[in-house]
Amino acid sequence: MSEQFPVEAGHIMLFARSIGDKNQIYYDSGYASTTEAQGVIAPPTFVAASSQFDEGYSLRPKIGEPWFGSGKAATGVEKQEGGSGGLHAEQHYEYHRHLRPGDILRSVVKEGEKWERESKRAGKLKFSETITEYYDQNDELVITARSVGVVTERPIDQ
Amino acid sequence: MVLKASDISEGQEFSEVVAENLTRTQIVQYAGSSGDYNPIHTDEVYTKEVAGYPSVFAHGMLSMGATGVAITNLVGDGRLTKYGVRFVNQVWPGDTLTTTLSVESISEDAGEFFVDLVVSTSNQDGREVVRGSATAKIDP
Repeated sequence: MSEQFPVEAGHIMLFARSIGDKNQIYYDSGYASTTEAQGVIAPPTFVAASSQFDEGYSLRPKIGEPWFGSGKAATGVEKQEGGSGGLHAEQHYEYHRHLRPGDILRSVVKEGEKWERESKRAGKLKFSETITEYYDQNDELVITARSVGVVTERPIDQ
Repeated sequence: MVLKASDISEGQEFSEVVAENLTRTQIVQYAGSSGDYNPIHTDEVYTKEVAGYPSVFAHGMLSMGATGVAITNLVGDGRLTKYGVRFVNQVWPGDTLTTTLSVESISEDAGEFFVDLVVSTSNQDGREVVRGSATAKIDP
């Protein structure tokens, strides 16, 4: 994400609802102001939503462009290989502070290691690591994220 | 409420149900909030016919987020310093997820107290779906 990620109160509320978190600190500024945090903060995994602001993000339909999900046919593109495409294998966060509405983040992305291994349930697994540092409007590092993605040779046996 | 070092001991476990009969609608809700609209999470037709899975399944990050609810409910708001997981099995519609947090260690550094937790979330069949660790700054 080279673009800016504005952290907004409504977005935090929707995100908290979607993970099943009814903690008032994520939507009730009156309540939140009486807590140690002294205001609304974002849930710990909220930076996952930075993809909303990633112009080139491939897992969001783009207006006017074909989408690989179903419409009249099961997929909207001509060539779609089986298998899962990419899956998420690991996610790690280090918090230097917690996010608040009004923060404006930018990120610095670094490619990490790549490795492969065989698995009984999904064939060859290709792993790749990405390190993302999120900086705030004061250029302070707020969250360091390490993500591992995996591409499987075939769908995982159930 | 913030967790206190004096109230816990190593090996102590805390459990919380973080999703009950997970719905496809909640998975769609998460797609909308996170921005990850991958059809394998939102589109049953695509997932069965093209991706080759029996149904849509939850984003790994939804299971990490739901697991995080149990963690922040235990340690307090804004107290996490580290949180990491591996996604060891997929989470499916209808799953009920229970998170267990085990106190691995309690430490003091320059007058500040920290707890290291072993994090594990399992489905209704006892199959682990998320495994990881978390560290939080707690009160004395």
